[in-house]
Amino acid sequence: MKTASLPTERLRAMLATMLLIRAFEEKAEELYGLGRVHGTMHLSIGQEAVAVGVCEALRPDDYILSTHRGHGHCLAKGADVRRMMAEFLGKETGYCRGRGGSMHIADVEGGNLGANGIVGGGLPIATGVGLSIQVRGSGQVCVAFFGDGAANEGAFHESVNLASIWDLPVVFVCENNQYAMSMPVRQSMRVERVSDRACAYGIPGRTVDGMDVLAVFEAASEAVERARAGGGPTLLECVTYRYRGHSKSDRQRYRTREEVARWRAQDPIERLRRLLEEQGLVQPGEFDALAAAAREQVEEAVRFAEASPEPDPSTLLEDVYA
Amino acid sequence: MTRELSYAEAVREALRQAMEQDPGVVLLGEDIGTYGGAFGVTDGLLEQFGPERVRDTPISEAAITGCAIGAALTGLRPVLEVQFMDFITLCMEQLVLQAAKIRYMFGGKAQVPLVLRTPAGAGTGAAAQHSESLEAWFVHVPGLKVVAPSTPRDAKGLLLASIRDPNPVVFVEHKLLYRTRGPVPEEPYELPLGRAEVKREGTDVTVVATSGMVPRALAAADRLAEEGVSVEVVDPRTLRPLDTDTILASVRKTGRVVVVYEGVKTLGVGAEIAARIAESDALYHLQAPVVRLGGAECPIPYNRNLERAAVPQEEDVVQAVRQVLAA
Repeated sequence: MKTASLPTERLRAMLATMLLIRAFEEKAEELYGLGRVHGTMHLSIGQEAVAVGVCEALRPDDYILSTHRGHGHCLAKGADVRRMMAEFLGKETGYCRGRGGSMHIADVEGGNLGANGIVGGGLPIATGVGLSIQVRGSGQVCVAFFGDGAANEGAFHESVNLASIWDLPVVFVCENNQYAMSMPVRQSMRVERVSDRACAYGIPGRTVDGMDVLAVFEAASEAVERARAGGGPTLLECVTYRYRGHSKSDRQRYRTREEVARWRAQDPIERLRRLLEEQGLVQPGEFDALAAAAREQVEEAVRFAEASPEPDPSTLLEDVYA
Repeated sequence: MTRELSYAEAVREALRQAMEQDPGVVLLGEDIGTYGGAFGVTDGLLEQFGPERVRDTPISEAAITGCAIGAALTGLRPVLEVQFMDFITLCMEQLVLQAAKIRYMFGGKAQVPLVLRTPAGAGTGAAAQHSESLEAWFVHVPGLKVVAPSTPRDAKGLLLASIRDPNPVVFVEHKLLYRTRGPVPEEPYELPLGRAEVKREGTDVTVVATSGMVPRALAAADRLAEEGVSVEVVDPRTLRPLDTDTILASVRKTGRVVVVYEGVKTLGVGAEIAARIAESDALYHLQAPVVRLGGAECPIPYNRNLERAAVPQEEDVVQAVRQVLAA
């Protein structure tokens, strides 16, 4: 793990964003357990390095397409944690005015064109965002996040092919967290790595340690620069792990506690913390303060969300045009 | 100035004028460039606008539908051609779960101004997988507009309006209409979506006909006029949103109604029209039960005679009108 000669402030900001995502999701889980949330959620705890490493490589005006496990992507892209929490609690002040919920949070102004309830659903859309960037000549880039499960959808193959033949400025980022719900990636594909599939489309494919935020950042930066320069898409696989179950119904019969513990020993936040402390970029005690600040930001978001109004049922048909 | 154009030429003229007026209008589809489209509709547009805006795509219906959505979300106005309406089954996830829902699901913070054009209908001997009329499926989806013009003039004006609409539109072009001709104004013009038109005024019976059934209804009305029967033909033109008022006004006037549509009869567009009549005060004006003429409950067969039997024909409309008059 290397600091890639990044300015200290930027490294600390990446650490802070990972802490914010972790705090948001731990709070989401807690609220769910307390019965204060109506609906479902998919937690990305353990995968924070992918969201942060990739979004750190983007400009504010770049786009992302997210997934059902998308809280991290949204926060890393710069969303307001208060409006996210309000959406999670189904409030009128949420990003989607309580119409979307956890699985559909979108921050369109911030360049997040939406989480998605359909596995692989954002991939075809990403090609169109790339097309639009190309036609408008705007110099933006679009990142399409997807999981290892989505890599077996037809939409994945159609979309990567389309992006490659037109040299679209799209970076396909596979968060390989080892399981498509319960299906282990080893049983769902014969190739060693998802990125091996890149050769079928004549584009670069690369696999990086998705628990190492700086490795993700470095690889994503290269892919983003390539896309921005007109070099076309890249398939970037980030090998990572979700600590929690697929969703709340998951009894986790498909994996062992030992396996989870092995991955947790690679925790992306702890790894960055150790590195920054070893290099003296974060002082002893400072990490705890950063973590506490993230938790307080989330608490403030909960207060904002809980004080926010519910959508009025009389507005049910607003934004219906046909 | 108005002159005669074919339906296909009218669609092409709308595409050309939309592209001339708005650099954000781009065309996507299989074989729409050099080939000119499976039905020749996009002939010449590649030459005029170049490959950047007239994009021949691989045979990847899911990806190109999503491509249109993503482009629409970020500032373009894509028009996607799906080569046969049957193939729209391969677009369903993107069209129904993404395009139709994005604006609502995102709390009104995003719009998807795309048009999906697609040739529909039987009559070309293309058999079961190239002859479907699936418009009712999309009429069932909040978040999609469904337009099905029956004349060259309507095709041009409604397509221009669809392209400028901020929301996704499924634009159904019946294959047998492509060669039909009619007057079309030369300048760009829009016809409002959601507005039916009385294609022929009459007093004895209302025939509500959609898409490729409109010319058949008008031909039947001509024949019935010789027998002294005055038929009013109403073309909804837009199936979602449906102009119920115009239909009900006609039914109140004539007291008898036949609904003609090519899709399978059960739960087709005509089922909704009949239900809306039954739910309204127009019911009290009916002097006979509503007659629905829809497609047969089978896949479209290949053989010419079987194919004709599977879809309402002019003769069937004549018989249906006689039936409601006799009741």
